[in-house]
Amino acid sequence: MKPTTYLPTIAALTMVPTIGFAQEVDTTPTNAEIGFIFTTFMFLVTGVLVFWMAAGFTMLEAGLVRSKNVTMQLTKNMALFSLAAIAYYLVGYNLMYPGDGWAITNILGAFSPTALEAVGLEGETPDLTYASVGSDFFFQLMFCAATASIVSGALAERIKLWPFLVFVVVLTAFIYPIQASWKWGGGFLDQMGFQDFAGSTVVHSVGGWAALVGALILGPRIGKYKDGRTIPMLGSNLPLATLGTFILWMGWFGFNGGSQLYMDTAANVADISRILSNTNAAAAGGAVAALILTQLLYKKPDLTMILNGALAGLVAITAEPLTPSLGAATLIGAVGGVIVVFAVPFLDKLKIDDVVGAIPVHLFAGIWGTLAVAFNTQSSFENAAGEEITRSVMGQMFIQLESIAIVGAFVVVASAILWLLLKNTVGIRVSEEAEAMGLDAAELGMEAYPEFTPG
Amino acid sequence: MKLIKAILKPFKLEEVREALTEIGVRGMTVSEVKGFGAQSGHTEIYRGAEYTVNFVPKVMLELVVAADVVDQVVETIMTTAKTDKIGDGKIFVLDVEQIVRVRTGETNEDAI
Repeated sequence: MKPTTYLPTIAALTMVPTIGFAQEVDTTPTNAEIGFIFTTFMFLVTGVLVFWMAAGFTMLEAGLVRSKNVTMQLTKNMALFSLAAIAYYLVGYNLMYPGDGWAITNILGAFSPTALEAVGLEGETPDLTYASVGSDFFFQLMFCAATASIVSGALAERIKLWPFLVFVVVLTAFIYPIQASWKWGGGFLDQMGFQDFAGSTVVHSVGGWAALVGALILGPRIGKYKDGRTIPMLGSNLPLATLGTFILWMGWFGFNGGSQLYMDTAANVADISRILSNTNAAAAGGAVAALILTQLLYKKPDLTMILNGALAGLVAITAEPLTPSLGAATLIGAVGGVIVVFAVPFLDKLKIDDVVGAIPVHLFAGIWGTLAVAFNTQSSFENAAGEEITRSVMGQMFIQLESIAIVGAFVVVASAILWLLLKNTVGIRVSEEAEAMGLDAAELGMEAYPEFTPG
Repeated sequence: MKLIKAILKPFKLEEVREALTEIGVRGMTVSEVKGFGAQSGHTEIYRGAEYTVNFVPKVMLELVVAADVVDQVVETIMTTAKTDKIGDGKIFVLDVEQIVRVRTGETNEDAI
């Protein structure tokens, strides 16, 4: 930045402009700016953490698919994140946060691309009680991309690349932002009193519903279910799957911590500390529950279930990571871990082939977490309109259930229409030969772990 | 000249190599293989679904020796690789028609 562009701004914003030499301009922020600076900084740091979850999802999926499909899984994850970033910029952000510009009040947001503040805030007065638009966009974009990552794991090893990417674009440009506006954009679910702190429903169950509908329409991998039995298809790289889980766990500190949305007071910083501690406790609870349960049920612990258990714990605490005690957070996570251990074989019984356990982790544990809010939420709080609302546990439970059903119905119908449209036009499934050979060789001509290479 | 193929438990490989080196064997080739014999397989559970592991991991040692030392080599492999538990493996002895050393063109016994 050239000095000439910021000097007038600095001079205008400094409380006591003590300009001696040009190099010694007092750039100390005013008290009024400090909250804005810290909150913006918090969004940027936590946004980077949530971004890193894309790497977590990618490594988890690369580890849990068979080696013949690893390159394809990596390709899908690179492509889906990048497409989500573009879709969210072009359509998603303003559809999700229309402010006063709703196309249909509290139901359908605004249709316009994202615009950031001017360089150096030239000619602009930012809302100093919040954060920069750029940091908010950056942070929210990462949540949108996470939703798409959830879908890719469930449908791995048999879906065609391009139809999947078309689904991702529609999911991240329209389906996710529209339903997210109902809660986080201040829409009708928010007005109704629906509580979802960082997105057990808004993010995770949405990815889960889209994955469930996709898995049903796509069908299981060839040979997965034979004569009423489930044939395991072993993951190719458990160290990668474990690394991916730890990356997701780390990213979640940003996911839930940043969702406090403010870091401008001691109270908010203390709350963020509670959130990070509770988030960690829930992941630990989920992992330990799955560890003990698989030992008891199967006589040997199942690492892949422990990984899913930790993630289910994280999804479960996401709807309310602030108010529970450490003990309650651990228990909420542990229930998530238990859900996963029973839900994975249950889906197999229904012949719903979910390669990485995305549906148990993100949908089932997401529903659990959203309902658990009713036990922890304050009985009295302010809604977005600033009205004081008081509610009983059962009253809140009902609102949570209703919201889960509304979001679920919308995502299921929208995804089903899209998946069926794709299936009946371009087709969504690779040929039997390609599936048997592996998508890496058949669709990409590039192996993740090549052997007998020239040279 | 005889080709000895020995299928052994992987953790015994290093011991067998040492014992063979001590009695003067100068080269061998080893591969990781899987198979089953009397040991058969066992069942495991992955994500709640049971499956049978039919092929057990083994190593296959291949070495060519002069006919007069075959018995000594086979005996050494057997005593070293033995654990008295099921799955210790098998040793096969086959005739070799011809050997050529790539670098020098030496043949047969000179090339061992």
